[in-house]
Amino acid sequence: MQGIPQLLVHEHADNVGVVVIEGLSAGTQMLCCVTADNSTFELTARDDVPIGHKIALRDLSAGDSAVKYGEDIGRMTSDAKTGEHVHVHNLKTRRW
Amino acid sequence: MATKRAAATFMGYRRENGRVGVRNHVVILPVDDISNAAAVAVGNNIKGTLALPHSYGRLQFGEDLELHFRTMIGTGSNPNVAAAVVIGIEPGWTQRVVDGIAETGKPVAGFSIEQNGDLRTIMDASRKAKEFVHRASELQRESCAVSDLWISTKCGESDTTTGLGSCPTVGNMFDKLLPEGIHGCFGETSEITGAEHICRRRAVTPEVGDRWYAMWKAYQDEVIFAHQTDDLSESQPTKGNIEGGLTTIEEKALGNLEKIGRTSRYVDILGPAERPAAGRGLYFMDSSSAAAECVTLMAAGGFTVHTFPTGQGNVVGNPIVPVVKITANPRTLRTMSEHVDLDVAGILTRQQTVDEAGDALIELICRTASGRITAAEALGHKEFVMTRLYRSA
Repeated sequence: MQGIPQLLVHEHADNVGVVVIEGLSAGTQMLCCVTADNSTFELTARDDVPIGHKIALRDLSAGDSAVKYGEDIGRMTSDAKTGEHVHVHNLKTRRW
Repeated sequence: MATKRAAATFMGYRRENGRVGVRNHVVILPVDDISNAAAVAVGNNIKGTLALPHSYGRLQFGEDLELHFRTMIGTGSNPNVAAAVVIGIEPGWTQRVVDGIAETGKPVAGFSIEQNGDLRTIMDASRKAKEFVHRASELQRESCAVSDLWISTKCGESDTTTGLGSCPTVGNMFDKLLPEGIHGCFGETSEITGAEHICRRRAVTPEVGDRWYAMWKAYQDEVIFAHQTDDLSESQPTKGNIEGGLTTIEEKALGNLEKIGRTSRYVDILGPAERPAAGRGLYFMDSSSAAAECVTLMAAGGFTVHTFPTGQGNVVGNPIVPVVKITANPRTLRTMSEHVDLDVAGILTRQQTVDEAGDALIELICRTASGRITAAEALGHKEFVMTRLYRSA
């Protein structure tokens, strides 16, 4: 793989990925890696996103499932466009 | 690779009952909260002993009391303990703990405070503790097979990097060492929520999976749904988890379950602090997801080395079991390096594979089992925390 990725994605089915560097700023064209097979793609971040936080890989609408590890990790409570921050402000558990 | 692992050894303490310890503590164990002062005094008098004060042990009843005794007896019975001095307010429950520990064949003695007072109790217990320290200090480590290791795991202050790096590292270790004959343990009942369909399938048989699911469901119904006032956000996931980027319990659970790797299957389900009885293999222990409680329960179940993946930097340790900290988070490595035993940040930069990280963990476990002091031990972390099931009478 060329370079160190800024975003890691577990599975190809996922619609969110994880920022793995500190200080990621909006407008950064990220090298993204799918850990399942080390394949890569590029994506532009639309927000400043802290390390460990998630970014939408495609446009997500309120009510959609966020998918990570190929599994449903919760329900979007508001929209997130591709490249935007996904966290407690727009994603909620379906369980409790 | 299997041949190399089967040949792997460590230097441990072979105990009277055949189990192998990786530490050689003489513990001073109070049966109840009001015996802490005497236990701590003995610990201060006699160098080389370790007092284990805690907050409970009075007016408990039913299963909660049974759990208390199981935790006390299990802690004293752990092979990392060479000998135990037990101190309680009265002789009855003190003797029950002594008798439980004595089944291992190790030296143990009980002292009770009523009709003696703290001062006489401290003097008598100190003399016995000194005798035990002399004896323990002459025990020698000997070469032991890696299959003699009992390795538990629980992650803490997790973030999204734990599911990517440190938890898969532990999983890779289990995938490699369980076939070599170790005992393994994972748990954290609440923290499988969202991955329960996967965990159920990871049982060795559907019957075991069904029992696991019934246990998990009972916790949801009897504890969470019975007591919740909100969606538990900031409790589970914790505030620290959320700071680290974890949003929901489902996301946290899926990362958590990475700790059992790709091929490992659990053979049985343990109650809290319960000892395995189904032979070698991986066990699920019904346990709190709070770090100090969970590690205390697993130590009481007989596990001798704990592997602890962290993201945001949980600093927990245990008085009798070395807690090996693993992180992949570069910010935590930059800001809290003194708490980390194994750096697997290379998994995030794709400069290290999970397979390589797993090998590094196995090597570190063997060094730790042979005597290497962990970060948590060096920093004095001795969290000994009892799990309670309900209020005292």
